[in-house]
Amino acid sequence: MDLQIALLLGQDGIVNGAVYGLMALALVLVFSVTRVIFIPQGELVAFGALSMAALTAGRVPATLWLLVALAAMTLVVEAWRWKRGATVDWKSTLVWTVLFPALAAGLVLGLRPTSLALQALTTLFLITPLGPLLYRLAYRPLADATVLILLIVSVALHGVLVGLGLLFFGAEGSRTPAFSEARFDIGGVPVSGQSLVVVGVAFVLVVLMFLFFERSIVGKALRATAMNRVGARLMGIPTDLSGDLSFALSALIGAVSGLLIAPLTTVYYDTGFLIGLKGFVAAIVGGLGSYPIALLGALLVGQLEAFSSFWASAFKEVLVFTLIIPVLWWRSLRSRHVEDEE
Amino acid sequence: MTRRHLTLLCIAALALSWPWLPEFTVTLFSYIALYSLVAAGLVMLTGVGGMTSFGQAAFVAVGAYATAWICTSPTATAALGGIVPAALLPWVGLVFGLLLTFVVAWSLGAITLKLSGHYLPLCTIAWGLSLYFLFGNLEFLGGQTGITGVPALTVFGVSLASPRALGPLIWAVLLLALWALHNLLDSREGRAVRALKSGRVMAESMGVDTARYRVKVFVLAALLAAVSGWLYAHLQRFVNPTPFNINIGIEYLFMAVVGGSGHLWGAVLGATLITLVKEQLQDLLPKLLGASGNFEVIVFGLLMLFVLQRFAEGLWPTLARVAGRFLKPEPVRAAQAVAPLDSRTLPAAGELLLEADRVTKRFGGLIANNAVAMTLKAGEVHALIGPNGAGKSTFFNMISGVDDPTEGEVRLLGAAMTGKPSRDFAARGLGRTFQHVRLLGNRSVLENVALGAHRRGHRGWIASMLRLDRAEEAALLAEARRQIERCGLGAHADAPAASLALGQQRVVEIARALAGQPAALLLDEPAAGLRHLEKQALAELLSQLRAEGLGILVVEHDMEFVMNLADRITVLEFGTVIAEGTPAQVQSNPRVLDAYLGGSDDEPIAVAA
Repeated sequence: MDLQIALLLGQDGIVNGAVYGLMALALVLVFSVTRVIFIPQGELVAFGALSMAALTAGRVPATLWLLVALAAMTLVVEAWRWKRGATVDWKSTLVWTVLFPALAAGLVLGLRPTSLALQALTTLFLITPLGPLLYRLAYRPLADATVLILLIVSVALHGVLVGLGLLFFGAEGSRTPAFSEARFDIGGVPVSGQSLVVVGVAFVLVVLMFLFFERSIVGKALRATAMNRVGARLMGIPTDLSGDLSFALSALIGAVSGLLIAPLTTVYYDTGFLIGLKGFVAAIVGGLGSYPIALLGALLVGQLEAFSSFWASAFKEVLVFTLIIPVLWWRSLRSRHVEDEE
Repeated sequence: MTRRHLTLLCIAALALSWPWLPEFTVTLFSYIALYSLVAAGLVMLTGVGGMTSFGQAAFVAVGAYATAWICTSPTATAALGGIVPAALLPWVGLVFGLLLTFVVAWSLGAITLKLSGHYLPLCTIAWGLSLYFLFGNLEFLGGQTGITGVPALTVFGVSLASPRALGPLIWAVLLLALWALHNLLDSREGRAVRALKSGRVMAESMGVDTARYRVKVFVLAALLAAVSGWLYAHLQRFVNPTPFNINIGIEYLFMAVVGGSGHLWGAVLGATLITLVKEQLQDLLPKLLGASGNFEVIVFGLLMLFVLQRFAEGLWPTLARVAGRFLKPEPVRAAQAVAPLDSRTLPAAGELLLEADRVTKRFGGLIANNAVAMTLKAGEVHALIGPNGAGKSTFFNMISGVDDPTEGEVRLLGAAMTGKPSRDFAARGLGRTFQHVRLLGNRSVLENVALGAHRRGHRGWIASMLRLDRAEEAALLAEARRQIERCGLGAHADAPAASLALGQQRVVEIARALAGQPAALLLDEPAAGLRHLEKQALAELLSQLRAEGLGILVVEHDMEFVMNLADRITVLEFGTVIAEGTPAQVQSNPRVLDAYLGGSDDEPIAVAA
């Protein structure tokens, strides 16, 4: 290996690491606010990428029908709860079940966007509301269950979504046109415009998230919920709101990640699972609690993957997932007393 | 007819009809038994032990590949060829697979199980994926094509080549495993395993090394999966990576959860259901949807969501409830022999039991306890009181080994306990109760109290599985019953703990602590939720225990109860000791009056008589 190859691999690692970093952020966000280990995060990435591919090919992405179906089911469930005397926040319910699906349907069926930017926007409108809808249908009835049960729910949901992905998009993979065809030469290393787009968008998203959590009242409410659920509820922060919002953000991040990777690699209906899990390995480095350490972990995972694909490409996945073992070992060294889980 | 009779009847029916069942059914039943074996391990892990694994398929793979490699690889046969006859190679494969599984499971468990519960399942996903990719890429294991030509098992010269011949062996292994697991759960070790789920702090306080038990349950589940893999390899006669991927690992968990993850027979029910449904769906769904692929995962996922939201316990309890109407309860069999239990010589009255030496605890900038000094002697009741937020709970945690002081030291019977876990406190003679009751709600009061005597028995897992622990078990249960009766709950001994009133549950916790024969007893608000007469009975019990030489530390808000019972009282406010002395001294202390009444009047606290 010479310097040239090392730089190329390093660049690859940074680009992939940026996507894993976004995954890790979303996972940490959802876990700290709702205690859900959101395995289906990866499926949302694949749904985002494949919906975009369908749009660029001039087809109607089947995720639209999924969105409409989930919205209808959520409406029925909420109406039923309301009838049984539960308090239902109709404003947010209608935003997720009517406004977003209507906008998405209008964009897909009415406007039929042709420019890449509009197609990307349409994809975001399609995928983002899936987060809160899945939360309300699958997780909220079990909001008081243990982390373990919520994890099992996640895995069940992962199965459902992968199966639906196969049904919607078939077994063939898709690739979308790059957002930027530009090529640069930095110090003798060719850098593609798309790589810069990925890193740039990831960076902007991280900064936006940071501002959202530091400056906005809603962001602060989410942070409060993450620190102390009961306390936040007593302060008047609705649990539903924090669940909806964290899942919406996570779905948005998933859709953006899907848009970012679709031009770089062929995405299949089950590609998302592995991407999501690599985000997990990164998030676990930070103990599922720290955003900055999770980002560092993501870069580490990206580099490990890039370099192992050079030295031992057949064992690339094995090496990446085995990284979790030394990381957990290191974390377990620092724990002394047992603690009860919530 | 009792449940046992019905079970035996079903087994007999299956055995008698076996030779006449069609080939297809025989194969299906053999696979159901193989899956049940893995699912039974997951029941132990998930429903009983409160952990879970999505990577059991990888352990099945280890069992299958180990025997396939031993039986077919030229390297292995060359090494073993001279010593082991060919017919015995599969048995070498079994041992090899079990050893390999043991090492892997033990290492994975030891690394993850000290951490909180969700790290293990996440780790098993990663491990399941890694192993799948690894097997697919290793040349000596045949890569994606796998290993063909795995020989059939031969037992006493009879070749078990067909599913009809091997099936009975598979079912025998499954039934033996279920019997052993059932015995294990009905023993001292089983109680400790069950305690893992409801909270590790409680289990540790009863002297259970929770990390070790968690690793052991995980290893047990992995070994069952490896045995299933071994049988699978000799049934299928070839192995490749496909049946061991992560999706199959997830399917095993579906079986356990759908069937009923808290019940051993739930594993068999779940494995049967999922296998039969999968069989149907694999034909039906592609036709229905007009595309080919593994669409059954959609149905299984939805089924799983439905079961988790509506039948959190799985389907078995519902089935058992219905069957319960027609079945007679199992007759209770009295044990023949009773083994002696460990017992300790209690320190003489007046001897120093527990000593907190200038204990300080800081949480960041907050000082929860500031140089708190306190002692507990044998044969006295010492009360710790203070307003809410005074730091009592923090202090309680440090003298019971749940947390370490930032500065200062806790000594128990003369030994420094800094850095020691709660179970070491229990081993040295400390019993405790919890402010928020921690009982296994759906187990009987008797079983809950018997958990307290955990450290006084010694029979291990193997002895329990083989029913060699009956004498000791009888002694433990007798001791538990004695403590329950002593605490006045004899009438409720066999009721589920959750069916008792909250106040009574607190008394169950005291009985549980007493079953461990402690020298020092720490009670966290024992009188909360008790009615007047119950409080009097409790005060009487504590007085009697004091007379027997126990040292009792009570954290309590009920002033009447405390003032009438305690020999000495320590008052905490803002993490600092503001007064210490007899009830009379404390009642007339102006700082105490300040703390409780918010301003010093000259009148002492009125003690309602």
